[in-house]
Amino acid sequence: MSGTSQHQSIGMMRSDSIPLLGRGPAYDVESVRFRYQSNESQAARWILDNISFHVQEGEVLGVVGPNGSGKTSLLKVLARLMTPQQGHITLFGQDLSAKTQREVACLVGVVPQDTQMLFPFTVAESVLMGRFPHRARDRWIGGFGWESREDLAIAAQAMMTMDIVHLAHRSVTDLSGGERQRTVIARALAQTPKVLLLDEPTAFLDLQHQVEICSVLRRLRDERGLTVVLVSHDLNLVSQYCDRILLLDHGQIVRLGVPDEVIEPEVLESVYRCRVLVDRHPSTGLPRITLPGRQLSGEN
Amino acid sequence: MVHVIREDLLKQLPATVEPVSCTGILSHEPGRMVSQGAILTNSRWMATLGVLSLTAIAVGLICLHFGAQPIAYGEVLRALFDTVSLKDSTDETSDIAKTILLQVRLPRILLGFLVGCSLASVGVALQALLRNPLADPYVLGVSSGAALGAAVGILFGVGTTFLAETALPACGFAGGLVALLVIYRMAATYGQLPIHSLLLTGVILNAIFSALIMFITSILEPNRSYGMMAWLMGTLTAPTYGSLVALIIYLSIGLFLLFRHMRVLNILALGEESARTLGIDTEQAKRSLFMVTALVTGAVVSVSGMIGFIGMVVPHAVRLVIGADHRLLLPASALVGGIFLMSADTVARTLIAPTEIPVGIITALAGGPFFVYLLLWRKDRLA
Repeated sequence: MSGTSQHQSIGMMRSDSIPLLGRGPAYDVESVRFRYQSNESQAARWILDNISFHVQEGEVLGVVGPNGSGKTSLLKVLARLMTPQQGHITLFGQDLSAKTQREVACLVGVVPQDTQMLFPFTVAESVLMGRFPHRARDRWIGGFGWESREDLAIAAQAMMTMDIVHLAHRSVTDLSGGERQRTVIARALAQTPKVLLLDEPTAFLDLQHQVEICSVLRRLRDERGLTVVLVSHDLNLVSQYCDRILLLDHGQIVRLGVPDEVIEPEVLESVYRCRVLVDRHPSTGLPRITLPGRQLSGEN
Repeated sequence: MVHVIREDLLKQLPATVEPVSCTGILSHEPGRMVSQGAILTNSRWMATLGVLSLTAIAVGLICLHFGAQPIAYGEVLRALFDTVSLKDSTDETSDIAKTILLQVRLPRILLGFLVGCSLASVGVALQALLRNPLADPYVLGVSSGAALGAAVGILFGVGTTFLAETALPACGFAGGLVALLVIYRMAATYGQLPIHSLLLTGVILNAIFSALIMFITSILEPNRSYGMMAWLMGTLTAPTYGSLVALIIYLSIGLFLLFRHMRVLNILALGEESARTLGIDTEQAKRSLFMVTALVTGAVVSVSGMIGFIGMVVPHAVRLVIGADHRLLLPASALVGGIFLMSADTVARTLIAPTEIPVGIITALAGGPFFVYLLLWRKDRLA
């Protein structure tokens, strides 16, 4: 390989170019261990095993790792959908487990992996549901409560951001996978969260919308200081669009750093047990991986 | 080359995501998307429920007219007006008609309306709660639990004493609650209350309760066992006003609690995990909703037996027409359920008068084909 020095200088440049890193942590995760409760058999292995890291406010953090490495579990623990057995998590300096579900929902938007919908809500209705945590307080008339003008404006904005305005009246049960995905992201944006957690947000999307959503996430980070934690299988996407990458394996952190520190052939090969080629993206200079293809000899 | 492509992208992106003014896209003012029914508006809510309420009153009057002996609409209206204004009737011959109307038909029609309302509302709640558009109280085993409770009451002779009116609903309650507790206890052994284990528990309970009901039916004397069979198939009998008022008070509490959860039901229908990320304490919401539905079901089953079709078909059909927002779906389904059961019961008591058919049979026979028709019709419209 020719450029160890070039490699490092790009890495340095990259970490310098993160403008919002001085803001302090959005999440502070301290020695968290989590496992699923399985009828008192103590043998259940830790899905997340002693994990500690910070998520800086205003950064886009990519979480990668092989299947079953604990990526989705980590996201669910951050979303307070599951409570870790050990360790603790603070969200903007406050204990996550001490917050109510509604308080968390006002700060954290979640885009789950499975976005299947059963009931024929319209796209506009489902995006408006993102306003629920902010309007859940009025309990007595809560059953009838109508959305305020502000709610409608925020939902419309979210729909424009996700390019689904033309689908507003369509039933979510009739949408394509990508349209549904964008609807769910719009719903999360309508929560006006400070943190957005996404689980495989680009899984159903075509190239245009993959690029668009990632760009939108970066734009929201720049404009509103949105913090994004993004779980993905797509190492190249994560490398191009995330400020930092967290590589998980067997519930433990293997590497955490800027793309140059994580997307390294030796690291990836040991984790994924598969040969990969790492070179540079021609326009961004960020690391790019390629699978070895059919002829294994003579490369790298 | 690559740089050119990238610049293209950068140029194109801000155009697609440009934040522009939001007026007209979603607003309560009559705008483009509102007219397409993109969101539920106050005016659509009022209009739909207004039309349905008027329909309910009209259907109620028509049902008063029909019976073993039809009573002219003029007389129906006059009798109702006299009663409301507390005026004594002067006409001797209309007294009999008035007695039939006020003592027999009216309470029975009101009962039918209430039972229909309750079953449809409970169906809506359970469908959202279980994320199963075909769920109803019967799937959960709550109805058969209530029925078993009432059957045990009949077995020990409660049904033949003057206690029947007050004690049988209590037995129904007890049965429904026992079913609820068993379901909850069994499902809760898994720590949480996952929805599929809840469904499975309901299926198993249903089988056990049905077997016990059949056992009780088979050991009863033939004439009592016939009465119980008729009740199990679903029959409405004219209640006294006292018991009707008790039922009204009871059901309005239950339905009020259900109606308070309309927006929560919207969110729960998205699935448990999504509901939690939108700030709902799902365990608590499920517990209270489940309790309310079980209690309403218990009360309804004890007075009307197993009328099993309304809770499933009415919400489903209404949803196809007016959409899924529970703020409209729940009250609209309640009204449609009431209208549906009033009409079905009128058919049941007049079709081969003076013999009456269990109304459960009519609802199933009328509701099934209607449901199929609606599905086919909507499919045509969508294609």
